[in-house]
Amino acid sequence: MKKFKYSEITPEKIYKKRRSFIKSLGFGFGSFTLSSLPFINTSFANIDQNKVTSFKDITTYNNYYEFGTGKSDPYIKSQNFKTSPWNIKIEGEVEKPLEISIEEILSLFPSEERILKLRCVEGWSMVIPWNGFSLSQLLSKVTLKNKAKFVEFESVYDPDQMSGQRYPVLNWPYKEGLRIDEAMHPLTTIVTGLYNKKLPNQNGAPLRIFIPWKYGFKSAKAIVKIKLVEKMPTSSWMWASPKEYGFYSNVNPDVDHPRWSQATERVIGNDIFAPRIKTEMFNGYGDQVANLYSGMDLKKNF
Amino acid sequence: MIRYLKPGVFVLSIIPFLLISYQIIFNKLGPEPVKEITHFTGEWTLIFICLTLAMSPLKRLTNSIFWINIRRMLGLFVFFYATLHLLTYVAIDYRFDWEPIINDVIKKKYIYIGFSAWLLLIPLALTSSKKMVKLLKQNWKKLHRLIYIIAIFGSLHFIWLSKTIFFKPLIFLVILIILLLFRVKFKKLSSKV
Repeated sequence: MKKFKYSEITPEKIYKKRRSFIKSLGFGFGSFTLSSLPFINTSFANIDQNKVTSFKDITTYNNYYEFGTGKSDPYIKSQNFKTSPWNIKIEGEVEKPLEISIEEILSLFPSEERILKLRCVEGWSMVIPWNGFSLSQLLSKVTLKNKAKFVEFESVYDPDQMSGQRYPVLNWPYKEGLRIDEAMHPLTTIVTGLYNKKLPNQNGAPLRIFIPWKYGFKSAKAIVKIKLVEKMPTSSWMWASPKEYGFYSNVNPDVDHPRWSQATERVIGNDIFAPRIKTEMFNGYGDQVANLYSGMDLKKNF
Repeated sequence: MIRYLKPGVFVLSIIPFLLISYQIIFNKLGPEPVKEITHFTGEWTLIFICLTLAMSPLKRLTNSIFWINIRRMLGLFVFFYATLHLLTYVAIDYRFDWEPIINDVIKKKYIYIGFSAWLLLIPLALTSSKKMVKLLKQNWKKLHRLIYIIAIFGSLHFIWLSKTIFFKPLIFLVILIILLLFRVKFKKLSSKV
C-alpha cells in the first residue's frame, strides 16, 4: 500500500491561506506577473504520484449522478441534502437483521485515517485522505449464514432531494456489490469522513464504501442498505451496460474499457503540462489483494 | 451593411478560441484542465458543423444570399476547432506518445471515427478558397457534400465516448438530424418543380 506521511499533506488551513493570498494578488494593480503564467511557472519534471489531492479538488470534482452528471453538480446541488436521521439496514442471509443509526456506527467504530488512491473508470485518479474503518468490523455485528456469498450495497433513493434521480440515467437506487471475501478484506473501507472532517455530502455522506483496487463507481455512496446474498448481484452499471461494466471492475491496465483505453490515467489537480501516468494493476494494491483472484481469468471476469 | 457582417461573423467565431486561451493562460480550467480543453474544442467543432449546415436552410427560409457568403468561412472554423481538438489530444494529453495514440486510433471506435472525420475535413479546407470553387465548378459542390458524412461521424464520436445516455450528445444528434432532414425535404420539393 502506498504510504503517506501526514506531513506531506497540505493542511486545509494553510491551503486556504495560500488561496486567499493568491486571490489577494489578483486584486492588486500589478497582479499580472510572469510567474502567474503557467507556461513559466511549471516544472516539467514528472509529477509526484503520492501527493494527496487538495480538499478543494476532492470535494468539487465528483461523479455522483444522483445529483447530476456534471463534475461540479454534486458539490453545487448536494449542500442541502439531509443526512440525519440516517439508518443503515444489514439484512439478507444473516441470522438476525440489524438496523443501525449513523450515530451508533460513529460511536462504535473509531475512524482512522486511510490515505488511498481513487482511480475512476474515466481515466483519472486522486489520492484521498479518507477517515473510516474496515467493512469487516461492521459486518461482525451480524452473524452471516453459509449462503452469504456476496454483499449488495444499496444507496438512498430520494428524488425530492436528489435531482439527478428524476432522470433515468441509471436504474435508481444505485446498487453495487462485492464478493464476500472482497467485502471482508481489510482494505475495503467504510468511509465516514475525509481530511479529518465529516464526510461532505458530495462525497457520499453520511456513509459510503471505498474499495481502492476497483474503479471508483464500485464504491457506492450514501448507503442505506447492506444485503448479504447468495447470488452475484447486478450493479447499476452492469444493468446499464453489461458489456462495458463487469461485476469485478478491478483496476487493470491490460483490460480496456470496450470504448477507451485503461493503460494510463490523469492525476487530478495538475496543470496542462503534467503527463499521464501509467495505471497500475489493482491500482497499486496488488500486494494486498491479488491473492483474492488467483486462478481467475481477469479478462473474462472484468 | 452586409460588407461588415462577414468580418463580424469572423470575430464572433474566434471568441471561443480567445476564451479557452485566456482560461489556459490564467489557469481557470479546474482540476482536470486537459479534459476541459478537449471537451471545449470538441464541442465547438460540432457547433460549427451545425452552423455550417444551417446556412443553406437559412438561405431558403430568408431568401438572402448572405448565409452562403459566410458558409465557407464557418466551414474553415470547423477545421480550425477540429484541429485544435486533435492537437490537444496528441500534443497535450498524450505528449506525442505515438504508441498509445496509434493503438487508440486502430482499436477504439470513437477515436477512429473522430480521426476519420478530421481527415475528411482536409480536402474541404484545402478547396475552400474562391479560386478552388471556380476551378472545381460542379465538382466543388459534390466534394463538399462530404460535410454530411463528417457531421454524422462527429456526432457518433460524441455519442460513443459518453459513459451513459447524456443530454449533450443527444441534443447534437437531434439538431443534426433536423438539419439533414431539411436537405431531404428540399430535394423532394425541387424535384416536384
